[in-house]
Amino acid sequence: MKKKNNMKAWLYLLPAILFLGVFMVYPLIDVCIYSLEESYAADGTVASIGLGNFRDVLCDKFFIQALKNTFILVIITVPLSTGLSLLIALGLSSIKTVKKAFQTIYFLPYVTNTLAVGLVFMYLFDKTDRTSGLVNMLLGTDIDFIDGEYWMKMLVTSLYTVWIVMPFKILILTSALASVNQDYYKAAKVDGASSARIFRKITLPMISPTVFYLIITGFIGAFKAYSDEVALFGSKLNVAGMNTIVGYVYDMLYDQPGGGDFGNASAAALILFAIVFTITVINLRFSRNKVQYM
Amino acid sequence: MKVVLENLTKRFPSRNKKGEDVIAVNNFNFEIPDGQLIGLLGPSGCGKSTTLNLISGLETPTSGKIYFGDEDVTNLPPEARGVGLVFQNYALYPHLTVEENIIFPLQNLKGDKKMTKEAMHDKAVETAKLVQIDGLMERKPKELSGGQQQRVAIARALVKIPRVLLLDEPLSNLDARLRLQTREELRRIQRDTGVTTIFVTHDQEEAMSISDLIIVMKDGVVHQIGKPQDVYDEPANLFVAQFLGTPQINVFEGRIQGGKVWIGNEAVLDVPGKADRDVWVGIRPEGFIPDENGPFTCKMDRVEVMGRDVSVVSTHEKMTGKSIRSIVSAENKFKPGQEAVRFSLKPYKVFLFDRESEERV
Repeated sequence: MKKKNNMKAWLYLLPAILFLGVFMVYPLIDVCIYSLEESYAADGTVASIGLGNFRDVLCDKFFIQALKNTFILVIITVPLSTGLSLLIALGLSSIKTVKKAFQTIYFLPYVTNTLAVGLVFMYLFDKTDRTSGLVNMLLGTDIDFIDGEYWMKMLVTSLYTVWIVMPFKILILTSALASVNQDYYKAAKVDGASSARIFRKITLPMISPTVFYLIITGFIGAFKAYSDEVALFGSKLNVAGMNTIVGYVYDMLYDQPGGGDFGNASAAALILFAIVFTITVINLRFSRNKVQYM
Repeated sequence: MKVVLENLTKRFPSRNKKGEDVIAVNNFNFEIPDGQLIGLLGPSGCGKSTTLNLISGLETPTSGKIYFGDEDVTNLPPEARGVGLVFQNYALYPHLTVEENIIFPLQNLKGDKKMTKEAMHDKAVETAKLVQIDGLMERKPKELSGGQQQRVAIARALVKIPRVLLLDEPLSNLDARLRLQTREELRRIQRDTGVTTIFVTHDQEEAMSISDLIIVMKDGVVHQIGKPQDVYDEPANLFVAQFLGTPQINVFEGRIQGGKVWIGNEAVLDVPGKADRDVWVGIRPEGFIPDENGPFTCKMDRVEVMGRDVSVVSTHEKMTGKSIRSIVSAENKFKPGQEAVRFSLKPYKVFLFDRESEERV
């Protein structure tokens, strides 16, 4: 009986296993193998070169730049977007009239195409011969946000990323806030707690699993940033100095003279994996005592 | 602390624009004496929880006043009123331990009332001892049984020494045995602390058994206030008579004619001096005396044995319920197959209500 059940279970799992095997497990193993090989495009031969690809990547100034950009983006955008989303979600859950309208407005960026948002940002920030961009006009300044100083470009990128990721976080946080039993708030009110204390002692612990989930996925998402940068600065990110790790991998695959460098691309991808893995483990450790699973 | 409600009214706007407002609490006037245990009793949806929320300050009245002692608290927010509130689902903070839950109200104190950590701890332990949960201080709410959770909720409500303690359906989430035990406990805690306590319930037995005073309400209107026994013995109207007592009172269509109460074509009771009119006749189950020569004849259905007493189930063409239940001593013998049963009635267990207004005659 038990054996029969086992067979059944495997049968049910078969489609998923096949699919995942072909599209996830096999490529993953392949990436690991590629990262240890060097292919010579000229004669099509392949040779194993140990950790040589990793050394090449880590010594590449473009990779170092991409690494730096990615880290800066992660450090700025994850706390900023989560914090802002929480504020907005709190605001949304405390207003009564036109709540639905605001919810819709805040959710719009989520359903908007990344490149379309990029276009909007162009209008806001791009300096051309005819216009200096909406932001410059409003501030009365003359800053080149797209082709100018590094930190100005970083500012625009961060704004862009925060703006793009916020709707999802607001949506999740609003529903988390709505799921907190109102009786807790009533009880706290009767007990004489101030709003600040209610937020700190009741609301935040109650929604902590959601906040934690958003922080983890926020970190992972920010480390995978690429399309936002392309939308703002075009596909030549190395030239703009705004490349990210994923962008670097892409460039290695498709944007190399004489075909892709699969070895270096795989090595860079594995380095990214190692970073994300480490950060997530640290997050899990750090939050173990802070997150309240009811 | 004496609690006085004066012309208290609460209207809720209707959900759709054309509908009428819902009047949850309609022109309440009553005074709750200091240090008593009050049962606010009524069927669900009668506005009793709204009344409690008005007293706690979680809702503001549409009109009318609330006084604690001589102080007008109508416009004070809940935290300034000094009330303790126990929710139906207890609303214990799930992420805090029992001690942290109990201490929570103390940590909110400001100014000269502010307490040191040690003082708060001592106070929490003292209150926990009162409700006998001092051995569970480190547990989280989910690690407690329903009864224990409720004690924690009561401790949290009592720790600040409230002027008024409010309990919303305090026993409804407990199983039957625990309910009996907890209501004794509630009575004891109230006696020990002397805090004026108001609790809401839809269970008449619960309200009658422990309250000093019960307030019977329906559809936002107070129907009767009084000591439980008095309200049971002298119901003001048909609703109160039907709501109190198990088994329910038996109600018949009847009339007063020539100083006698008639049910069908039998004159069952003398009521000298009462004017002729149509009435509802309410007879408590314990008001029937089996009597072969009694004036009231019912069709026998069955006899249910309960040990000390027996419950005689019979029918009558003028009854309003499905059957008539009378509780009589088991010493009365009933023959098997007996078709009719005759009763005489205890006059003080028979109540007459006007057919139209349903008020007591």
